[in-house]
Amino acid sequence: MAVRGVAAKSAPGLLKAFLFMALAAPLLAGCGFNTIPTNEERAKAAWSEVLNQYQRRADLIPNLVETVKAYAAHEREVLEAVVQARADATSVQISPEMLQNPEALQAFQDQQAGLTSALSRLLAVVENYPDLKASQNFLALQAQLEGTENRIAVARRDYIEAVRVYNTSLRTFPSVIWASLWFTDNEPFATFTIPEDKMDVPEVNFGNDG
Amino acid sequence: MVAEGNRFVRQALVACLLVLLAFPVLAQSLPALTGRVVDNAGIIDAGTESSLTARLAAFEDKSSDQIVVATIQSLGGEAIEPYANRLFRAWGLGQAGEDNGILLLVAVDDRRMRIEVGYGLEGTLTDLHAKLIIENTMVPAFRAGDFAGGISQAVDDVILVLEGNAAELEARAERYEESGAPWWEFLPVILFFILWFGIFGGAIFFAIMAPIFGRKVGPGRYRWLGMDFSYGGSSGGSSGSSGSSWSSSSSSSSFSGGGGSSGGGGASGSW
Repeated sequence: MAVRGVAAKSAPGLLKAFLFMALAAPLLAGCGFNTIPTNEERAKAAWSEVLNQYQRRADLIPNLVETVKAYAAHEREVLEAVVQARADATSVQISPEMLQNPEALQAFQDQQAGLTSALSRLLAVVENYPDLKASQNFLALQAQLEGTENRIAVARRDYIEAVRVYNTSLRTFPSVIWASLWFTDNEPFATFTIPEDKMDVPEVNFGNDG
Repeated sequence: MVAEGNRFVRQALVACLLVLLAFPVLAQSLPALTGRVVDNAGIIDAGTESSLTARLAAFEDKSSDQIVVATIQSLGGEAIEPYANRLFRAWGLGQAGEDNGILLLVAVDDRRMRIEVGYGLEGTLTDLHAKLIIENTMVPAFRAGDFAGGISQAVDDVILVLEGNAAELEARAERYEESGAPWWEFLPVILFFILWFGIFGGAIFFAIMAPIFGRKVGPGRYRWLGMDFSYGGSSGGSSGSSGSSWSSSSSSSSFSGGGGSSGGGGASGSW
């Protein structure tokens, strides 16, 4: 009792605050106060993975263009289209803070889709060059490009799922209470939409089915 | 008004039940992880299957890498890449945190195969390695109709690649050994149990001991070690024998995923 009295005299607010925190912290955690920030961070991390994989694809392209050029130099138009599309795609960057803006995400998505279609035109042209198709260098790039396209698909799916969970937690009970009381700045994140004319998966056919 | 409320409650309950019933149906669309070789299409003969299982088990003992071979009849219209990724994650191949799993999937009707590589092995078994194993090992054997041989050879190739990076393999195995948590990591749990048993176990201990060793001071009242214990007489003899039995699911030979994940690494092919 005496000890407590001394403590209370020297720092009256501190002890009270500590006791309050000791009581409040588990209560808040138990009431789902952490749900929204946790889901938000998870969605942001999923977005970073999407960016990471798109960057990986962009990094592969200079090498791919050089390899194709060595065999098919006069396909300049297609090659330049790929280089231009890559430049456009890497110029649009979306930080996690911009995820609440659907227009920004749409712009990003459009640029990446442009790169995808330029790439598929390039790969269609490659069909006409058997020497190129058989070269070890091209085979390696093909495998990496295929793998990267698939990783992009997985990363996008994970992001869509993370955003779904986050957006749901902003609108459902009990976390909606915290959303309206405390996290009033938190807006739902934008997610990927597939344009009507591109409902089918972009075909990455390297012509090695036969 | 009351009847209406009742009907609403009943409808809600029915909806809940339907949702609960629907979940196992969704989960069933993926095959169960019955072992290291899940041959649902029935294209691997028993001899090859047992030798594959033995090799894969030995390799996991050495490196902690989990390799699983799965064959299915049909993808049901889905592309093999998303299916393989779903299956990989559902089975949780590879150790948690290391993500060192590999799934070799063959879809017979679709004539497609895929080697899906977990996050942790993407640097060792690159997409190109996977592609080359598929194109050079699996496709020729499959075209000749030798499924078991092609799969067996492909598994050998995968192991060869993983062993090829010996230093990394050892480091991975060591990390996994280490992560078998030292005792002090369990200290909070141990303390919790000591405290818990201290409080409840102590009370029960004294309650039992007092009537035996204590001195009776009144009806249902005992004094022992200077403390008074009183017992409520009304609640005598409630012998609730709750038949709690431990479910014995400790068959050591069963195989399960370690909780790893994959981000879509690897390669696919067709024959």
